[in-house]
This record gives sequence, C-alpha cells and structure tokens, in this order.
Amino acid sequence: MPLFAIVRDPIDPRTLEAAVWSEACGGVVIFLGVVRERAGDGRPVSGLAYEAHEAMALAEFAAIAREVHEKYAGVRLGIVHRIGELRVGEIAVAVCTAAPHRAAAFDACRYAIDEVKARASIWKKERYADGTGEWVSN
Amino acid sequence: MSAVTTVTVRVRAFARMRELLGESEFELVLPDGATLVDCWDALRARNRKVDALAPSTRIARNGRVAALLDECVAEGDEIALLPPVGGG
Repeated sequence: MPLFAIVRDPIDPRTLEAAVWSEACGGVVIFLGVVRERAGDGRPVSGLAYEAHEAMALAEFAAIAREVHEKYAGVRLGIVHRIGELRVGEIAVAVCTAAPHRAAAFDACRYAIDEVKARASIWKKERYADGTGEWVSN
Repeated sequence: MSAVTTVTVRVRAFARMRELLGESEFELVLPDGATLVDCWDALRARNRKVDALAPSTRIARNGRVAALLDECVAEGDEIALLPPVGGG
C-alpha cells in the first residue's frame, strides 16, 4: 500500500506497518486515532463524518514526511486517513513510524500526528445521538 | 460590438462552507481580471451566511493557500474554500 493515503474503506494498521517497516528498523510505533463515544463536551456521539481535499491533504502528508526525515534521521513514516462515515470504534487515522531505535520512532510519530491534525485539509463532523451534528476543528 | 470576456473558475467547498453554499463543487463565471475578493463576493451572493466564516476560512488557488486576496484568478482555476481543519 502507498505510505500516504486517503481511503474510504477501513484502515488495516498491519498493512501500513508492513509498508513502513524495513530490516534496518528495530522500533515500530503505530498511532491510531479512533472514533470515541463522547464529544469533548460529553455529548454522546454516534459517529464522525470526514471529508478531505485529497490532493492538498496528501501534499501536506508529504511535507510532514520531509520534516520528519530532516528532524529524525533514519525514520520511515506512513500516514493513512479515512474519510466518509465512521462509527464509534473505527480507525480514522493511522500514523506508523519505524526507526533503528524506539526513541526516534516515538518522537517522529508524535510529531507527525500533531502536524496532520493541525495542517491537513481534512474536516470532521460529529454526529450526535439526537440526530444533530456539528463541524469540529482541532 | 465588443464581447465581455469572462473567466470561469471551479469552486470546491468543504465542511460548513459546503453546506452553506449547497454544493461541494460548482463553477463561477467572473469578469476578466477578477480577484479572489470578487470570487468571495460572488459566494456571498449565494448565501450571506458565509460572511460569518470569512475570518476563519482560508482560500486556496490551485492547491496553494492564498496569502492575500488581491490576486487575479485565471480560467480553469480551482478555488478551494478551507474552513479550520479537523482531521484525526
């Protein structure tokens, strides 16, 4: 699978891991962003609807990857974000890093997910149990 | 008789902007020499409520966020309306 992707089908983190890992890597970190059952204000959530400007989001993933490679030598990175209607418990985003040692893998993974959330052209609408919904930004 | 020349741009709207404008993608026909400000005015004509989103919405022309709205648009441009992002 490609290292950077916007997908509509469920994300399989192991497939991403297999694409990211190489024999030089002794540490692999996978961050999964998962739909949770409550909004920030405590309201019950039935699901999240995601949409993206795919070309711009992918360009941002690539820019983040360049930054990761500059900051953390030897780190390999993959980012997959799902769009469409997601239910509670489904994976919205997977970020996988692999590095010779764990410290760089952890640090790079944290950096990448924070930047994806802050910069990528992706939007989500919380759908509440009462049928209403609201666009939420990070 | 002189023909009035126009430029046609493709607007892509996301999230709340998409809902306010009623479509995710549509064409706008603007006078030749139009800028992103003129583009925004044409969007306001569709729904005045977009004004409330103006301070937080970024506008990208052909995939690049415009720093200033005084740049002219060209035939076939993609104009993307980007509210604050919420990925992850």
